[in-house]
Amino acid sequence: EHCLGPGPMATFHAVVRALPESVCQQALRVEKGGAVDFARAEREHQLYVGVLRHKLGLQVLELPADESLPDCVFVEDAAVVCEETALLTRPGAPSRRKEVTEAMKIALESLNLNVVEMTDENATLDGGDVLFTGREFFVGLSKRTNQRGAEILADTFKDYAVSTVPVHDSLHLKSFCSMAGPNLIAIGSSEGAQKALKTMQQMSDHRYDKLTIPDDAAANCLYLNIPNKGHVLLHRAPEEYPESAKVFEKLKDHMLIPIANIELQKVDGALTCCCILINKTSEL
Amino acid sequence: MTTEVGSEAEVKKEAEKLEPDTAKEKPEEASESLENQKTEETEETQDSSSSPVPTSQSSPTSRKERDPSEGKGISRFLPPWLKKQKSYSIAEPKDEAKKKAEGDEHVEECERQLPEEVAELKGEAAAENHQTKTDDKEEEKHSVSSAETQPAKEDSKEIEVEKVTEEPEEKLEEETGKRETKEVQTTEIKMEKAPQKAPKKIKTVQCKVMLLDGTEYSCDLEKRAKGQVLFDRVCEHLNLLEKDYFGLLFYENSDQKNWLDSSKEIKRQIRNFPWLFTFHVKFYPPDPSQLTEDITRYFLCLQLRQDIVSGRLPCSFVTHALLGSYTLQAELGDYDPEEHNSDYISEFQFAPNQTKEMEDKVVELHKTHRGLTPAQADSQFLENAKRLSMYGVDLHHAKDSEGVDIMLGVCANGLLIYKDRLRINRFAWPKILKISYKRSNFYIKVRPAELEQFESTIGFKLPNHRAAKRLWKVCVEHHTFFRLISPEQPAKGKFLTLGSKFRYSGRTQAQTRQASNLIDRPAPYFERTSSKRISRSLDGAPVGITDQSLLRDLSATAAGPTGDEAAVLAKLKNGESREEDGSPIKSPPLELTQDGKKVGPRAEGPCSGARDADKSSHETLSVVEEKKRAEVGIEETVVINEINEGKIQVAIDGGEPCKVEQLSKKDSSSTSSESSSSSESEDEEVGEYQPYHRVTEDVIREEKEGNEDAKEVEGYTAKVVQCVESVIEGSKEKVSIGHAQVAEESLVEGNAVSGTPEEKSFTEEAKQDLREEREEEQLKINGDLSHIGIDVKPQIICCSEPPVVKTEMVTISDATQRTEISTKEVPIVQTETKTITYESPQLDGSAGGDAGVLLSAQTITSESVSTTTTTHITKTVKGGVSETRIEKRIVITGDADIDHDQALAQAIKEAKEQHPDMSVTRVVVHKETELAEEDEG
Repeated sequence: EHCLGPGPMATFHAVVRALPESVCQQALRVEKGGAVDFARAEREHQLYVGVLRHKLGLQVLELPADESLPDCVFVEDAAVVCEETALLTRPGAPSRRKEVTEAMKIALESLNLNVVEMTDENATLDGGDVLFTGREFFVGLSKRTNQRGAEILADTFKDYAVSTVPVHDSLHLKSFCSMAGPNLIAIGSSEGAQKALKTMQQMSDHRYDKLTIPDDAAANCLYLNIPNKGHVLLHRAPEEYPESAKVFEKLKDHMLIPIANIELQKVDGALTCCCILINKTSEL
Repeated sequence: MTTEVGSEAEVKKEAEKLEPDTAKEKPEEASESLENQKTEETEETQDSSSSPVPTSQSSPTSRKERDPSEGKGISRFLPPWLKKQKSYSIAEPKDEAKKKAEGDEHVEECERQLPEEVAELKGEAAAENHQTKTDDKEEEKHSVSSAETQPAKEDSKEIEVEKVTEEPEEKLEEETGKRETKEVQTTEIKMEKAPQKAPKKIKTVQCKVMLLDGTEYSCDLEKRAKGQVLFDRVCEHLNLLEKDYFGLLFYENSDQKNWLDSSKEIKRQIRNFPWLFTFHVKFYPPDPSQLTEDITRYFLCLQLRQDIVSGRLPCSFVTHALLGSYTLQAELGDYDPEEHNSDYISEFQFAPNQTKEMEDKVVELHKTHRGLTPAQADSQFLENAKRLSMYGVDLHHAKDSEGVDIMLGVCANGLLIYKDRLRINRFAWPKILKISYKRSNFYIKVRPAELEQFESTIGFKLPNHRAAKRLWKVCVEHHTFFRLISPEQPAKGKFLTLGSKFRYSGRTQAQTRQASNLIDRPAPYFERTSSKRISRSLDGAPVGITDQSLLRDLSATAAGPTGDEAAVLAKLKNGESREEDGSPIKSPPLELTQDGKKVGPRAEGPCSGARDADKSSHETLSVVEEKKRAEVGIEETVVINEINEGKIQVAIDGGEPCKVEQLSKKDSSSTSSESSSSSESEDEEVGEYQPYHRVTEDVIREEKEGNEDAKEVEGYTAKVVQCVESVIEGSKEKVSIGHAQVAEESLVEGNAVSGTPEEKSFTEEAKQDLREEREEEQLKINGDLSHIGIDVKPQIICCSEPPVVKTEMVTISDATQRTEISTKEVPIVQTETKTITYESPQLDGSAGGDAGVLLSAQTITSESVSTTTTTHITKTVKGGVSETRIEKRIVITGDADIDHDQALAQAIKEAKEQHPDMSVTRVVVHKETELAEEDEG
């Protein structure tokens, strides 16, 4: 198994976390919106985990909810995993730092990952600001992620170029983009999204294909490459974003799975936020 | 200008006194040609000194024969590498290494022989000099963009046989002065010594070169030898043919590395004794699998291992382990539990800080490589190493305009800006309009970003002016090597006389690939470090830890030469003598082509007949390239230098942290040297390089860089090959058959742009091709035959895919702007067959009845994962026109996972890169696919 694959690698494991009821009242949010319907949010999340576990056959490791951590369902921010290494982050929001728990570390170590902790108190990094394309990293410099955090990421994943992308109008870099295929960046249509894409293109030696999605939020989709299933893409449901869904439906090579994420979106949750994907086989 | 004027006057004076015949020096070249005389002399003396006595008699004669043709200026058009090779083979004695041992004798010999040769040559050489110089002058009146003119100068220098007496040793110290001073000194010395010293004494200097395997190579060089002489010797010692990726480094102040300039005398570049160099990769090939020989890959591996161990090439733990495991496989072969006890690994170093855990991982991975040959293990090593983000990035410390520490990284694709490991900006070569330095500042002028109107200039502060110049030179060289088809001549325009005239003069990647494509020797035997160990243990010598320790301190400068090294030397020598035994390797690869020396057709490969249907799910591409040689006039292109005007301050998009600096016009006073710094190559305070001022003819076009827009994906369906992008490069060459003198001038004759029925297309590339000239041009090529007028004859391939018909044949011939599309319905449902033929109009050669005289034919087959390439090369002479025809048949096999578009484009790209001066005259794409079920998956 070669460590430097041409694209996001085959996925075998996923780490998720149950959502606490406190998510309704206390979760951080960029702007005020409707109240989160907990039952519905839980149903949506269960459906999401169910797709990963049953439909896609991933080994899903589910951490228990912690009521004191209203945002703990968004595990993506707590760790960045690439190949054999997991970097436990230092989230930008102080209230979220405790999400990076011992349980998380143990879970990742149980998957035989080499776990690196971000101890520098000047560093902040949210996993939501980290876009790994398979060839390189882009790190959004946002309210949650700073230069030092990006540097530590670069030190951790030395094989790859790590380029920084200023993010102004959104919470995270991945609030408006994500990988939708081995060489394919899904990108929102907003000015900020397009500007960020331009920056990424300028920084990269590689040329990516892009998939322009009318709605920024829908541009966050979850791509997986699963043995015997091929390209799998979880994207936002047509009920939520009909125009964006149409764009995804043009992807003929992908197994497309529409997923609703109405409730968690109210607290800035997107599809990639709720899992950490690991492409290691467990015996290694 | 002060420098120039000063030295010019001096030289003139000197020339008059010394030798009336030489007084015709061109003023602005004065200092340079003075240098050249010396170099010239170097080559001369070497020639005679090292030739054995009997042959030395004939050497002047052969020279006589050669010189007149050169004097006529034909060789001006030789590509530089060809020329170099030639002079190398003449000037470089084959038994040099043996000679070294008998140093004193050797000097005596020279003394004896020189006078007569001098006498013999003086007269005629002087006469020819007139002619050549005149030629040169004419040449330079046109601002010549073509690099082919550069060798001309060198050639003409070569035949200046004026003998100047040797300079005394003290001269070296004086060289630490400024350039003009130096020249003056030289002159005086010469005048002094000229009368009294007729016989010549050759002063030699010992050079030591640290090789990549940790051994040391040493040789005695004539004091005035150019860098090329040493480099060629080292490469010969290493049995390395693909040498253009490599160079010699020397260190100044222990940490500043400088590349030895091949075209300049060594003593003018390196100041301190002993002359100590390091053999090093200079241009890291982005795709090492395209190197022709395993031995080249081996040296690249050795370099990368050094880079990794020294920390220059950062890797993750896993990558260290993986690369280390390939090293073990290459060095030790399959893992053997009996032989490879727990300690075997600790002799190797894989990482800057190696841990037991890492060693365990290396062993674990080593076990999985069973069966890989050393060459395969090296290839795997390189395949992984080349993806590392810092692979081939040459880093330079700098500060941005706010004084923040950054690093500038020069690589094949452009310039990268780093701050603490993070990439904060990147300027691809196509974005950079000009690279310059002034004192310790380094500037790049970049194209306006989208929606911006003005070019911007970004300045960086380097630690000192020499660092700035070093960086500038590295940029010039990297740009030329990776982006141009042929090197650019050092500009003579008045804008540039202020600053450095430095240009890269070696072969470009395109040229070296082309040349190495014609390497035709059995894979040379070479020893990896471990095989050395094994052979020694067989000899009864102790199994040396020392040997393996090389791997430990690869980055250390010295690993003393031992008796073992002698053994290696001897073996390499054997390899060399094998070469000499009448095998054609000795002559430079490309001369083979041009002389038509190759004998006998070896095989008649499958050629253009790609239309015969292949097995299903195959794609057949048959690219027919032709090289036409005809007597043609010399074409010259006048380059208009950009005027260096005040720069406008513009902020750069994308978080550019380096503030733009307002620049004023260059003031000519800036040449007045402030530094007492030494070697002349370092004392220029300014330098400019405009990567694109001759871009229309020489930039490698298929480069995807530059267009920053990603392709928009419209449905990620399996793609059918529908289009062929092909750049047509015409090549006109002069052949005068009597004298194996070949003039060559490559220029782009036309540009073919492709069309495609899908949204997704090669438009980007096409746009990139054009943007140098008309950046805004939008190509509308969807399904219709359009023409874009570039340069000369536009040649366009376009074809569309009708939605209904499953089988079709599209033939496009733009000879008469006529399109034939014959479509027939065939009741095939399962497969889709498509043949696209593209033919160039100017090429009727092979179609004609006159087949000409076949000189040689050759068929080469190579295979990669999904493609099989059959190359068939024939050379014919027809009515005084020599023609090389290369037909490539590329079969791309694979299922839907393979991006056929990409594979095809890659195949064409490679064909073009291998033969940049040939024209693609015919492309036949035969495509068979099994139709995929739409509802699948």
